[in-house]
Amino acid sequence: MKDVNDAGGINVGGKKMKVEVVEYDDRSNSEEMIKAVERLATQDKVDFILPPWSTGMNLAAAPIFNKLGYPHLAVTANTNQAPQFTKRWPNLTFWLGLPSQLVDGIVETFSKMQKDGKIGKKIAMIAVADQFGIEQSTAAREGLKKAGFELVYDKSYPFGSQDMQPVLKDAQAANPDVLIAFSYPPDTFAITDTMKVLAFNPKAVYLGVGTAFPGYKGKFQASAEGVMGVGGSDANLKGIKWYIQHHKEVMGKEPDRRASPITYASLQVLQQAIERVGKDRAAVIKEINTGSFETIIGTVKLKDGQNTNIWTVGQWQGNDFFGIAPTNKAGAKAPIDKPKW
Amino acid sequence: MTLLLDILLSGLVLGGMYALIALGLTLQYGIARIMNLSYGEFLIAAAFGALFLYTGMAVSPVLGLLLIVPAAFALNWLLYRVVLTPLVKRAKNQGMLEVDSILGTFGILFVIQGVMLVVFGGSLQSYSYLSVPVYILGTTLAANRILALLFALVIGGVLYLLLTRTRYGTALRAIAVNPVAAQLSGIDIASASALAFAAGGAIVGAGGVLVSMFLTFSAASGVVFTMKALIVVIMGGVGNMMGALVAGLLLGIAETAVARLVDPGLTIAVTYALFLAALLWRPTGLFGRPAR
Repeated sequence: MKDVNDAGGINVGGKKMKVEVVEYDDRSNSEEMIKAVERLATQDKVDFILPPWSTGMNLAAAPIFNKLGYPHLAVTANTNQAPQFTKRWPNLTFWLGLPSQLVDGIVETFSKMQKDGKIGKKIAMIAVADQFGIEQSTAAREGLKKAGFELVYDKSYPFGSQDMQPVLKDAQAANPDVLIAFSYPPDTFAITDTMKVLAFNPKAVYLGVGTAFPGYKGKFQASAEGVMGVGGSDANLKGIKWYIQHHKEVMGKEPDRRASPITYASLQVLQQAIERVGKDRAAVIKEINTGSFETIIGTVKLKDGQNTNIWTVGQWQGNDFFGIAPTNKAGAKAPIDKPKW
Repeated sequence: MTLLLDILLSGLVLGGMYALIALGLTLQYGIARIMNLSYGEFLIAAAFGALFLYTGMAVSPVLGLLLIVPAAFALNWLLYRVVLTPLVKRAKNQGMLEVDSILGTFGILFVIQGVMLVVFGGSLQSYSYLSVPVYILGTTLAANRILALLFALVIGGVLYLLLTRTRYGTALRAIAVNPVAAQLSGIDIASASALAFAAGGAIVGAGGVLVSMFLTFSAASGVVFTMKALIVVIMGGVGNMMGALVAGLLLGIAETAVARLVDPGLTIAVTYALFLAALLWRPTGLFGRPAR
């Protein structure tokens, strides 16, 4: 927002218009959020509405965004049903890729490493016992078995648990080549901590949400090296380099390497779409879905309401969390061997 | 055999954390008779304090205890004197005080949480301290968790002795059993309760500092700790130090055993199964008649 206004505003029909922000706190409560969206549209009569945070909140908001005719850029939403949803609500777009794609990325990465002789066939998998963990681990189980891997340990743990020692001790006893964890940030941190204490050193480690957080690198420093996780970015891309630096200057801290650059890119898409077709919301929706946009993450062109310019697997290499899968995507880094903790 | 020993030691260490976070509540609820729903928020506040001291000023959390524990004591004493004393005075009986204190501390919960959200933001926080392996009888344990267990044992043991072996402790137990009769026998209930509440607050402060070394927390995670502490306190017998200590350790061992021998997904189920069993067959706590 600051960037847009510093540059004079959004160019609508040859006239630069400054952006004015009206915001309400939804307190992460879906009823509050829906009320806020309605108030923004009917009372404040805003031109555009930015999305709420998280998958659940965005899905709750989708019908109301659709009814009111606002473009809905559900950036922080992640669901396998995304294709059905975009069919039902054409104003809705998804940006982080399908969970099944993320699992495909994992299978692709490890299959390649296995073919290159870097890892064996034994995989230990742990997952948090909620929708996210179960959906991901079910898909991964299937994909990994099909790719010829052997799951030597495969268990789930309750949501909110931060005591990872029992799970990891048994996983360690199974002596896997790879540890995969579909975990949330607190568990991701706890798993790393506990693995270090146990000196549990599989050849590759993939952890869930939180691995791409700057706080992860901040806390574990050199130990983060070689750890894989969801997301990533091409840190050599000019746009990304600028964004990380810019985020530090404006916000005083580093951005998350998964959703944060994509969120910024989605706003760039919205801005460019408005500049191309004006404030007519129906036209903007059409432009977002069909146009091609230059953003900090490179060219974005949606397909069936899905952003396809995404990294499915990333890895800490030095100070950056590089995208390593899809392996055929431009800028993809080769995975490095994970040093011992 | 090694597996059993491994389970026992890991379980004790986990249970030590449970006991540690429950000891303060058993003082506050058992003796000061305040069902403190904002208990977990005080724990998180102390955790933030330790984080700030460690990352901002490079003061180790162990040294931080020297600052945070007295501060927690003072704050809780003030809270009792200013906010809770009117409730105590107004209450005609134990039931009424319980309802009022639940409502009152429910409000305090949101005040503290709101302040923490404004000051520290809503994001998850953690840092590394003493996250080094310690080998005991062939089992690998984290040093920071062992430290928490030791603190729990020391605090629990010392409080137990204070309550059962000293004159002042006897007075406190008298309040827990029958406040009216205690007053008739010349015990200054108001100041003794304030002291017990503040001591409970000091313990939760210590607990917050210690768990911040190995748990990731955010301004909103206090309620998790309140719940766990409540389970341990009720299982151990309200106001019973030894009970809270044993119940905490037992829960830790049970959770670890189930995770290793049956399935890690069942650890929460076993906690509540034990809690339910305790409520059904030992409603006054593990030690039968609470040692009041």
